[in-house]
Amino acid sequence: MSDAATLLAPPRRRRAGQGARLKAAGYGLLGIIALAVASELYKWLGPADGLLIGDVRVLPRTSDLAMPHIWDMVGRLFEPVTRAEGARVLWLEIVIAAGLTLGIAAVGWVVGVVVGIGLALIMQRWILAESALLPWIVLSQTVPLIAFAPLVKSWGSRIEIGAFEWQDWMSVAVIASYLAFFPVAVGALKGLQAPDRIHRELLHTYSARWWPTMVHLRLPAAVPFLLPALRLAAANAVVGAVVAEVSTGLQGGIGRLVIQYAGQASGDPAKAWAPIFGAIALGLIAAGSVALLGLLVKDYRRTEGEA
Amino acid sequence: MSAAVVVRGVDKIFDTKSGHVTALSAVDLDVAPGEFVSLIGPSGCGKSTLMRLIADLETPTAGTVEVFGTSAHQARVDQRYGIAFQQAGLLPWRTVSANIALPLELSGMARAEVRQRVDELIALVGLGDFGDRFPDQLSGGMQQRVAIARALAKKPQLLLMDEPFGALDEMTREYMQTELLRIAAETGAAVVFVTHSIPEAVYLSDRVVVMSPRPGRIAEVVPMSLGSTGSRADDLREDASFFEMITAVREALHGGTHATAPRGVENR
Amino acid sequence: MTTETRASTLTRTPGPSRPRTRPPVGPLGRTASGAERAIAPVVLGGAVIGIWQLLAGSGLVEAYLLPSPAAIIAEIIEFWPSMLSAAGITGLNAFVGLVAGSLLGVVAALVASTSRLLDGMLAPIVAALAVIPIVALAPVLNTMFGADSRTGRQLIASLAAFVPVFITTARGLRQTQPVHRELMTSFAATPWQVMRTITLPTAVPYTFTGIRLASSLAVISALVAEYFGGPRGGLGGLISTSAASSAYPRAWAYVVAAIALGLAFYLVTLALERWASRRR
Repeated sequence: MSDAATLLAPPRRRRAGQGARLKAAGYGLLGIIALAVASELYKWLGPADGLLIGDVRVLPRTSDLAMPHIWDMVGRLFEPVTRAEGARVLWLEIVIAAGLTLGIAAVGWVVGVVVGIGLALIMQRWILAESALLPWIVLSQTVPLIAFAPLVKSWGSRIEIGAFEWQDWMSVAVIASYLAFFPVAVGALKGLQAPDRIHRELLHTYSARWWPTMVHLRLPAAVPFLLPALRLAAANAVVGAVVAEVSTGLQGGIGRLVIQYAGQASGDPAKAWAPIFGAIALGLIAAGSVALLGLLVKDYRRTEGEA
Repeated sequence: MSAAVVVRGVDKIFDTKSGHVTALSAVDLDVAPGEFVSLIGPSGCGKSTLMRLIADLETPTAGTVEVFGTSAHQARVDQRYGIAFQQAGLLPWRTVSANIALPLELSGMARAEVRQRVDELIALVGLGDFGDRFPDQLSGGMQQRVAIARALAKKPQLLLMDEPFGALDEMTREYMQTELLRIAAETGAAVVFVTHSIPEAVYLSDRVVVMSPRPGRIAEVVPMSLGSTGSRADDLREDASFFEMITAVREALHGGTHATAPRGVENR
Repeated sequence: MTTETRASTLTRTPGPSRPRTRPPVGPLGRTASGAERAIAPVVLGGAVIGIWQLLAGSGLVEAYLLPSPAAIIAEIIEFWPSMLSAAGITGLNAFVGLVAGSLLGVVAALVASTSRLLDGMLAPIVAALAVIPIVALAPVLNTMFGADSRTGRQLIASLAAFVPVFITTARGLRQTQPVHRELMTSFAATPWQVMRTITLPTAVPYTFTGIRLASSLAVISALVAEYFGGPRGGLGGLISTSAASSAYPRAWAYVVAAIALGLAFYLVTLALERWASRRR
């Protein structure tokens, strides 16, 4: 099946791809610059107390306390975290914390992906399972995960298997996996059910049972559906990790820094923005890593269309 | 009155990923007012491209296309023709009446006038009770009738049709052919009709334009000696003269030899 | 289909997952009946709650960790008014965010469809917004708008809602069928007429799909944002204060309220999506 298809397929246009990607990046940069310029313009020209409709503040105050200058925010990154002796420079602090959160989110992502694909396999195999499980899976995403944090923490603290002790970060990873599994379960199920009748009947004529059909038809067919789901799961895992860090009070992660520096914002407004840049970078790195994964399975994303 | 369509020395070359494709080469064609002309030929002969050039949906690489004495572009801007595609192309969120009304609404006709004209057209194509139905409630043949009614909305003197009956079954197809002839006679419109089917081309036309591929060009024009199109009826299909004309077109398609049948042409 | 017409004949790309999805077909070709699809999840839910009640009653799990369903229901009955008012506060923020974000998403998608430059600038920003933890902005937004202001949370909810509505609307605006576009060309229609008769009606179902996807995001974002400071009284605040004072059954009662709120938003937007997708 694949040899003829790959031999007769039209050549991929590499050059156009790279040029287009650079162009997209350039535009993106332009967009960010436009945002920064708009922010500074507002700060310069906007009303000092913001825009109040009734007693609802629709536009923010323009003081340096409420809206630090963009260059202040960037410059602050290169200054030490605190005035204490030997304090690290801010950007390094952010990077270390972001790294920790990224690691935890990654663990959560892996667990979520495994659970999601497992659920999808179960739901594909038994139609009753899909009818029974899918509505609950969809509903599960309406539950705010901050409710789970104390619960997971307490449950975890009771698990002692031999030398294994539940660490605080594991609670965060579990919560991250809770957010990650949903898009994977839904996307994987859609992908596993995607093959059209012609292909299914073909494998039926080969007397292929459920698992061989899965391996040779459904799983490969599911790849184009799985990849965006995995990317979304990565982003969700990051969000879950950040919020869970806040609600469990985990030290060392970026979530903690967001709260901590925000609390110090009255004395040091620019500092509060640093962990936000870190969180943004975190989300982008997580999604980008999964996109790189997509390059490995390039061939499975081809379609039957003609040249 | 000036000729409906005058095509002179037209070339059309497409630039594709795999190089240049010469869809049409040195094509000349005249269509008189009220005349029914079919374009027939195997895949790749350029018949649809020729029709699309007349419709100003493509522009010729060389040569000229004139419709009613003006350029094809001007004819489109002035709405001198109505077009029907192979897919009916109805808007699924509009009723039958609203679909037929579309070109009238776009040209800013008054509501009451639109209503009246739509009622006329629905009666013309024989869809009397179906005005408030939606396309997904209609069969393929009925959808095409709506498309034809829409093409006639602005009383054009030229109808362009690209295999409109291609997706229909044989019985519906024969019925639609007779209907089309009736409608064309009543409105006095000229018709340029693209088809794959020899019997269809013969039954409908005053002249059959036989085209051949690589490069796309007109091989031969076969006049039909079957009486005026306005007076044809179903019994023609069983007449000896009908089969003679079919043979004549088939031979023109083969280019004079019986050896190989051109691919992509129906012989039913 | 004649091959010489267009060099590339575009077929219509798959639309939004139509609400009236085809019934799931099992590997052996069996289709789940409507009754199965309605009853199975209820049975499963009932079984889980039953086991939960048993576990809680048996003492294997400490009551303070996982209260029994009975205890939670008792709290719901007692704190009903408080739940409603808290849900109203969080719900209002979520609603404002959903509406504002959806409007912004539609407008941005329209703008992006007309200008290559703006499209190029917006697309990466939206792609980034889709993957970053938006709630992390909550503290600084509270600083910007004042600690007693709801605006920060509403902004977060609208950013969360903006992303799916923008993406789906932008896709919908691209979905016009070639045959419809050519029809409009043959009618010599102006660009505005094409937009009005073809492009917008085609895009509407996609927009409503986006709004459905945005609905639970808006609720969750509004709720989680409350955890990062600002005026008290919403569901998020009450959940955290109840948990902090170890009143776990009450905390779970508020969680039930949050689930109900999210479900309500989802069902309403689902109904809107179905209404918008009829006859497309």
